[in-house]
Amino acid sequence: MSEPNRPESNPENGGRRTFMVAGAAVAGSAIAPGVMLYGIAQAKPADEAVTDKTRWGMLVDTTKCNSGCTDCVTACNTENALSGKTGPQDSQWIRKVEIKNLQTGAQNSLPMMCQHCENPPCVDVCPTGASMKRADGIVLVDRHICIGCRYCMMACPYKARSFVHEPLTEQNPEVPRGKGCVESCTFCVQRVDRDEKPACVEACDKAGHKALVFGDLNNPESDVAKAVKAHASTEVRGDLRLNTGVRYQGI
Amino acid sequence: MANNVCLDRACGKHSQFWTLLALGGLVMLGTLSAFFYLEHHGHIETGMNNQIVWGLPHVFAVFLIVAASGVLNVASIGSVFGKKMYKARAPLSGMLALAMLAGGLAVLVLDLGRPDRLIVAMTYYNFKSIFAWNMIFYNGFFAIVGLYLITLMDHKLKPWSKPVGLLAFLWRLALTTATGSIFGFLVARAGYNSALYAPMFIIYSFAYGLAAFLVVQSVMYKWNNIAVDERILARMKNLLAVFVAAGLYFTAVLHLTNLYFAKQWEFERFLLAGDNVYTTLFWLGQVVVGGIVPLLMLFNSNASKNPAIVFLAALLVLVGGHAQMYVTIVGGQAFPLDLFPGYAETSSFFDGVMHSYTPSIWEMMLGLGGIATAFLITTVAVRVLKFLPQDDFKEIELEAKEG
Repeated sequence: MSEPNRPESNPENGGRRTFMVAGAAVAGSAIAPGVMLYGIAQAKPADEAVTDKTRWGMLVDTTKCNSGCTDCVTACNTENALSGKTGPQDSQWIRKVEIKNLQTGAQNSLPMMCQHCENPPCVDVCPTGASMKRADGIVLVDRHICIGCRYCMMACPYKARSFVHEPLTEQNPEVPRGKGCVESCTFCVQRVDRDEKPACVEACDKAGHKALVFGDLNNPESDVAKAVKAHASTEVRGDLRLNTGVRYQGI
Repeated sequence: MANNVCLDRACGKHSQFWTLLALGGLVMLGTLSAFFYLEHHGHIETGMNNQIVWGLPHVFAVFLIVAASGVLNVASIGSVFGKKMYKARAPLSGMLALAMLAGGLAVLVLDLGRPDRLIVAMTYYNFKSIFAWNMIFYNGFFAIVGLYLITLMDHKLKPWSKPVGLLAFLWRLALTTATGSIFGFLVARAGYNSALYAPMFIIYSFAYGLAAFLVVQSVMYKWNNIAVDERILARMKNLLAVFVAAGLYFTAVLHLTNLYFAKQWEFERFLLAGDNVYTTLFWLGQVVVGGIVPLLMLFNSNASKNPAIVFLAALLVLVGGHAQMYVTIVGGQAFPLDLFPGYAETSSFFDGVMHSYTPSIWEMMLGLGGIATAFLITTVAVRVLKFLPQDDFKEIELEAKEG
């Protein structure tokens, strides 16, 4: 029984090993930052389709939402180039709603916008398919095939949609809008696709309220998934079983 | 020119015919002006807004579409159920159905936010949408009723009129079911969300369609100085009365059902006992003018002897029908969505308040364009083709004896 040759004992093997370790270190240091960043941000190239592995969602903590604060609304208007006017024919993608329980008198203030339903009635009723849901749960209007029939506005339980009643100017190139089409909150899809938060969430954080938590509901490690697991939350008009992407805490 | 092809006794009245065309054309001119004005400036020039998204144009459009399917019933009773008296009226009934549907659809299209994308609506279909199904039903209706008219008017194809008539009858039932379901499928709104809308719209269509037919028939008879036969008038006015009564019955059932559900009380209070235009239009327009008064007139013992009474009653049914559509379409939206049941709601987007709507002149002009379209098609059609009912009184007598 002779003892097998140990690699260290061979001077030739030692040189090869040093080379391979050094090569691996160089290659690793070149690739690692990209791999690490991809892991953290889950970024995807612009030409890659979104998948249903992600479901974007939001938790609104109404106990942190200030009655007089409209920072989320202002941020939405700025980001999406909305006029900010509040006439009956003006677009409002997000609005603050004040509610008061008729029995107990309890009051809450909360933002209301497209709830990005899993089973959106607006998508069901749209004759051309312009109202559509992306694989990652974001409900959008395809501006190219919306004929402006407004049936989606009749069907939306949240009054989340607006119709563009007049010609528009000074638009954000990333957020195309147009007279005669229906529009609504997009979760700031242009920002989300760049791994940024929606403008309303960013504004709420900046104001120090932190009432809005946004993220991937399918990722158990995300803030929003942890928050909806830790706290009791509810869907608005949960009786309709639409499985909304936006949930509310404290009502 | 018209004289060359005219088969009708009305052919002599040249100037009157052109006057009618000019009148209809004038209204159409207004409609097209309104359309181009709105197309340029946007719906900001209408009274419609983000709360009341469907307004006066839709009232006219849906009324015409519902009445279009109903007016075909006269033909169906003849071809499908074999009643000779109605069969003599089948061509007029089919033509009116096409004319009214064309009028209704014209208004719907002209009111779109992007009417230039009509081709998109015709080429992109979301088959889960009842609206998309309606487009298929409307187009199919034109094709089937057109074919049906050909079988009625071409002697060689006459044997085909029964099977094609049956298809047209079934198709029209499906069409009105789909039209009613546009509202019935709106799950979140208190004023809609009921399976009753489909059969109720079918009943409404029976009444509005027959009323429209009687109005047109009366005018055609008067134009040609023909007195309508008393037996024919008696049977048609009784049928109209049955349809009007059935419409009232369905309306009552819808509201009584709602009154049984606590969650619907607020809406019913708003509609039935509110201090608003919808309550007035419901009781005075839909129920009294469009229901009770015509019923009293039609059951009057002199009605079958006096065509004017039947004509007036039918006209009131049409007026009441427009009131019903206004209550259903605009009233249903005026009542706010209840996002948080049990809570009072306020916001910058008019949550929790009754929504207001004041139609603009442009919308009225768009809406009247639907009636003008139907009117023009009818006027030209009865001038150039043989649509005046040709009754065979021996067969009618025989049919009456057989019961």
